[in-house]
Amino acid sequence: MTEAPVLSVRGLVKSYGERTVLDGVDLDVAEHQVVVLIGGSGSGKSTLLRCVDLLEDIDDGQIFLDGHDVSDPRIDADAVRRAMGMVFQSFNLFPHMTVLANVTLAPRVVHHSSRSAAEERGRELLARVGLSEKADAYPDKLSGGQQQRVAIARALAYDPRLLLLDEITSALDPELVGEVLDLVGELAESGRTIVMATHEMGFARQVAHTVCFLDGGRIIESGPAEEVLTNPQQERTQQFLRRVTGAGRD
Amino acid sequence: MVALVSTVVFAVVVLAAATSSPGWSRVKSSFLNLKVGRDSLPAILDGLWLNLRVLIVCQILILIVGLALAAVRTLRGPVWFPVRALATGYVDLFRGLPLIICLYLVGFGLPGLRLAGIPNNPVLLGGLALVLVYSAYVAEVFRAGIESVHPSQIAAATSLGLNYRRTMQLVVLPQAARRVTPALLNDFVALQKDCGLISVLGAVDAVRAAQIQVAGTYNFTPYVVAGLLFVALAIPSARLADWASRRAATRQGAL
Repeated sequence: MTEAPVLSVRGLVKSYGERTVLDGVDLDVAEHQVVVLIGGSGSGKSTLLRCVDLLEDIDDGQIFLDGHDVSDPRIDADAVRRAMGMVFQSFNLFPHMTVLANVTLAPRVVHHSSRSAAEERGRELLARVGLSEKADAYPDKLSGGQQQRVAIARALAYDPRLLLLDEITSALDPELVGEVLDLVGELAESGRTIVMATHEMGFARQVAHTVCFLDGGRIIESGPAEEVLTNPQQERTQQFLRRVTGAGRD
Repeated sequence: MVALVSTVVFAVVVLAAATSSPGWSRVKSSFLNLKVGRDSLPAILDGLWLNLRVLIVCQILILIVGLALAAVRTLRGPVWFPVRALATGYVDLFRGLPLIICLYLVGFGLPGLRLAGIPNNPVLLGGLALVLVYSAYVAEVFRAGIESVHPSQIAAATSLGLNYRRTMQLVVLPQAARRVTPALLNDFVALQKDCGLISVLGAVDAVRAAQIQVAGTYNFTPYVVAGLLFVALAIPSARLADWASRRAATRQGAL
């Protein structure tokens, strides 16, 4: 028996009113794989991630998590989301909770860990993201980069099967981007299964196993990072890469 | 210093204008009679104690009913349309209805039905009318607070696997409550004095007690006494509301 991919998306269609944002997306993500989604703004990268995390109702297609169809409307969506961790562009930490309370919320409330077990794991994770001393601080006292590292720790706190990262460095000051990307690099090395939307082409080249280029709601080119980024076959991909490298993002 | 001087000058001018008016001596004897005031004080204080108890019980009930109404009004999805419409209708009705009319309808209309179990006690009925009207206001304050929490907070909680109830309870409501505390306290300052309106149903509260004293002495000073007591009661609440708004403002600024 061949092992099912962790994530498998088939023919995913999503529109907001008249506007079709995803127009038949197929995607497979195997265990320990890092898949990077690239594409211009409005190409559907974020929407794809939100659909996978069941934060949006989809119009057509199917999403499989470890071989189970999670796009079936009868499924317990909350239970499915517990198997995934998502990190957002604007951090979305809970401002009324301390850093440690942010990180331990899901383990305590959803996964019914004891307070002490959750806090022990929370402190471990904060140490791992280099923020041990900030455990009792409130998010508004942290820099953007620190907040985003807390958000990553929060998403890891219940050891999800799949980590979804939605342009997590786009809202950061340039000098803070490095600390967050380094952390993602470490996670990738440790074998996390990750789907990540990003504009950081240099980072994609280093870390991604597969790069998918989205345009107009479809994945029009995908393959090994080196291949797609160095020698793209599609004209749209070539244009896009010229534009972003020309803008000095690489 | 300038503020002090200008305040003193202003007070002197106002006082002089009032005391030099042609009817001053009559007003003074019928509204500011110290002896009548002192004599009426115990009865009015007794009444005020009733107002305070009504206030506290009503506040608690209003918070509960208002929060429930707000929660219902912010439910999403077509399934909830009937309850949502019902809650909206309730809020529209009781926000529009003048409190005094609501008091008359509840206070005289409900017992008039002669149904078993409906109390005839003016304090209970008056309290009910206050809860009906004020919970509609408070529901709107809560609703504004709930809707002011950014959808990305809900997305974050949902993505962690929290269900709707947990998301509301742990993420949305705590943030909403902080933001609406100043507005809520302001509504409660208004409720404090409106508690005096239950006197129209015959409850012997501070206003009613003053009225009885007025009828006995043909002197209006008891009203002034009751009024001053209500103002004195409102001042701490008003300062608390100020403090809460300031704190909310600095917190928002820190974000």
